[in-house]
Amino acid sequence: MAQIPVGEPYDAAVVGAGVMGATTALFLARGGMRCALIDAGGVCREASGVNAGTLTLHMTRAALIPYAMRGWEMWKAAPDWLGGDPGVTVTDGLSLAFTAQEAALLEARVEARRAQGAPIEIIATSRARAIEPGLTDRFRLAAHCPMDGYVTANLTGMAYRRALVEAGVRLYENAPVTGIEAGDGGFRLAMAGAAPRARRLVLASGVWLEEMLAWFGLRIRIKALVNQLIVTERLRPVMRSVLGVASGLLSLKQFANGTVLIGGGWQGKGDRARRTTEIVPDNLIGNLRLARYVVPALAETRIVRSWLGFEAETDDALPIAGPLGGIPEAYVIGCVHSGYMSGPYFGRLLAQNILGQAPELPLFDADRLLVAPSCT
Amino acid sequence: MTRDPEILILGAGPAGLGAALALATCGVEALIVDSGSAAGGQVYRPLPGAFEPGDASGLGPDYREGERQRRLLADSGAGTAFGRLVWSIGTDLRVDALGPEGPESWRPKGIVAAAGATERVVPFPGWTLPGVMGLAAATILLKSQCVLPGERVLVAGCGPLLFAVANAIRKGGGQVVAVADLAGPGAWLHALPALLGQPRDLLRGASWMARLRAQGVPLLFRHGVREARAAGAGLEVSLGAVDAAGRPIPSASEKTLEADSLVVGHGLIPATEAVRLLGAEVVFDADAGGWVPRLDRDQRSSRAGLYAAGDGAGVRGAAAAFLAGRIAGMTAALDLGRIDAGHHARATAPLRRRLARARRFGRAMARLMAQRPGQVDGIAGDTVVCRCEDVTRAEVEAALERGAADVNQLKSWTRCGMGPCQGRMCGDTVGQIVAARTGSREAAGAWTARAPLRPLGVDALAGDFDYADIPLPAAAPL
Repeated sequence: MAQIPVGEPYDAAVVGAGVMGATTALFLARGGMRCALIDAGGVCREASGVNAGTLTLHMTRAALIPYAMRGWEMWKAAPDWLGGDPGVTVTDGLSLAFTAQEAALLEARVEARRAQGAPIEIIATSRARAIEPGLTDRFRLAAHCPMDGYVTANLTGMAYRRALVEAGVRLYENAPVTGIEAGDGGFRLAMAGAAPRARRLVLASGVWLEEMLAWFGLRIRIKALVNQLIVTERLRPVMRSVLGVASGLLSLKQFANGTVLIGGGWQGKGDRARRTTEIVPDNLIGNLRLARYVVPALAETRIVRSWLGFEAETDDALPIAGPLGGIPEAYVIGCVHSGYMSGPYFGRLLAQNILGQAPELPLFDADRLLVAPSCT
Repeated sequence: MTRDPEILILGAGPAGLGAALALATCGVEALIVDSGSAAGGQVYRPLPGAFEPGDASGLGPDYREGERQRRLLADSGAGTAFGRLVWSIGTDLRVDALGPEGPESWRPKGIVAAAGATERVVPFPGWTLPGVMGLAAATILLKSQCVLPGERVLVAGCGPLLFAVANAIRKGGGQVVAVADLAGPGAWLHALPALLGQPRDLLRGASWMARLRAQGVPLLFRHGVREARAAGAGLEVSLGAVDAAGRPIPSASEKTLEADSLVVGHGLIPATEAVRLLGAEVVFDADAGGWVPRLDRDQRSSRAGLYAAGDGAGVRGAAAAFLAGRIAGMTAALDLGRIDAGHHARATAPLRRRLARARRFGRAMARLMAQRPGQVDGIAGDTVVCRCEDVTRAEVEAALERGAADVNQLKSWTRCGMGPCQGRMCGDTVGQIVAARTGSREAAGAWTARAPLRPLGVDALAGDFDYADIPLPAAAPL
């Protein structure tokens, strides 16, 4: 990519270097645009780098199944388009029910996801135990998905960063954007030590979208979930699949190095403005109990760390992805439930849209969520 | 413990003990929590519960001082919770621990962090072999278990523990093959004026050194371990001269000695996980051992209700720790409104004078134990720096080359610091390696502290439960 003359505006500035922003920037650059990617921290160091990395259709919102399946294909093909391999592993995924109520929930959810094309089916408990010999025998019902797996989320940033640099994307890291001005020729970003201009703007800042959208007078409520994760020390192989439960409150997997990652969206505490998070000890113990219940062999190991990440959620828990109404050449992308799995696909979809190509699947209009100022 | 204490003290070493005694004199309900079986910490370490020494006179002055302190604590009326592993501290000051009865938690109004220090071992080829252990680890074996680290022991590293351990091995009937000190005799002489302030400790140190010399133990000054190799049932250790910064002098000849164990330590690092977990401000102070909480003169951290004292607030030794702990306790009592400012000033003035003297001594000792950047710089590429995850220096450098800009990003990309010790062993070394590129330890940053503060057994933490005992939140949206 040619050097950009000083003061010349970028074709596009993407604010937020998580999976969605980084993928958008990557495909915009590959589509011929001069692109800047700006983040208050580093590439994929918030939700995109600290999530559980689970790729499972059992936890995907039904409406997002077609996107998640395409996202999955992209993760599997990461060496082709991303260049690196952030530890993508394909394996069976099981979702379990322990009570009659959970069994009914599981059946309904399997039905809804199947209707959207997910290859999930209810299977006999004996078959579930054959797929995952590490399982407890105390479950009533199991659903199986043959195309689940995981990515080593902490390696995401390393893979993306190299791809972005090679594609000629200008990275501004540790560069918090404090304001954005929309003018005739495009956008000017206020940052310490730099004020890049761009003809197009993509907001991809996760839980910080609410604040940035408000700079343009757009009020959209974005809730910050604070998901806790726990990891064990290395132990002998005790499981081979990706395990979850009907309610979505467990994600459990064992990596090749022997560590077991325990998640499922149990909530910690956090302050997105100050960027601080902390665990809620009772929720850590609750999550741990559920994991230990599902895979009894976890009793023999120790936990060595917990951590937390912010997940953005809109009022209807569906994404915002597409042009921002009323602001020419401004786009938004984010709030995708289980967004790590679908993230690369959403990024590519938005890049296609910006590059003037017809997107494969519909985008998600942000206008539906606008809160009238009088209502707040 | 069902009642919440007013002040919870983390750690029952000299600093925690000082705080507990001071709080007791002010009528404040304090609870001292420690993973050990009794008070004393590392220096005044108690014997294991089942140990019944027939003749305690052989256990040395540290043990006797420990016994005296344990009696003081018992008489003070301060609450104690031993055998408790504190694993989480919330910003609401909720403290969670795992004890013999399972999980426990307290909600005090204030916390005194008196967590002590961890040992620094700067990596060299072979440092992870069986038979190689830390100086502080050897001290635990000797003091608390009355066990020798080996029959023929090579003692290496820096600081006063070198001579204390070598002497204790001799006393216990072991052979000391040699003592290799990174410092030269000049460094010890340089420390002399400050040491004169604590003549008893100085005499003790000097007598250790003199006794070793008299017994014909080779004392190799300005020497470090180049490599340890397994040889038969023991070790073969190469030693070589180092410069003032601890960097190996390549032209210097190597000396190879055989031993069945190598005891090696390069100083102490303040244990600040609890302080960082609470988000209190920390500053880097190489002479104090590394990252330390920023404290005011009354031992208050930047976070209201959190006080710190002892080696965990900067390595200054046991005498200084006890005095700083007492000041922290008085300050906590003042902030609770239990004493007035005049009382606080009168009570702390004599402590401050003694503390200043103890700190001069402690600083001189700490300087001898401070990290030598040249030693870190001299670590070879194929040497493992993170022993939990087997990450070599070359792998660390490769990640830095690819753009990792601070220790936490480096950790994500390499797993360095992600193992069971959570970077306690490698953090200081890795911080220095990153700082060599970023320009400073501040720019390199410190690991993000997270619960659990120590690895916890899943079974112990989860306890006995049925499915109905799992407090399941509402289901995720479909």
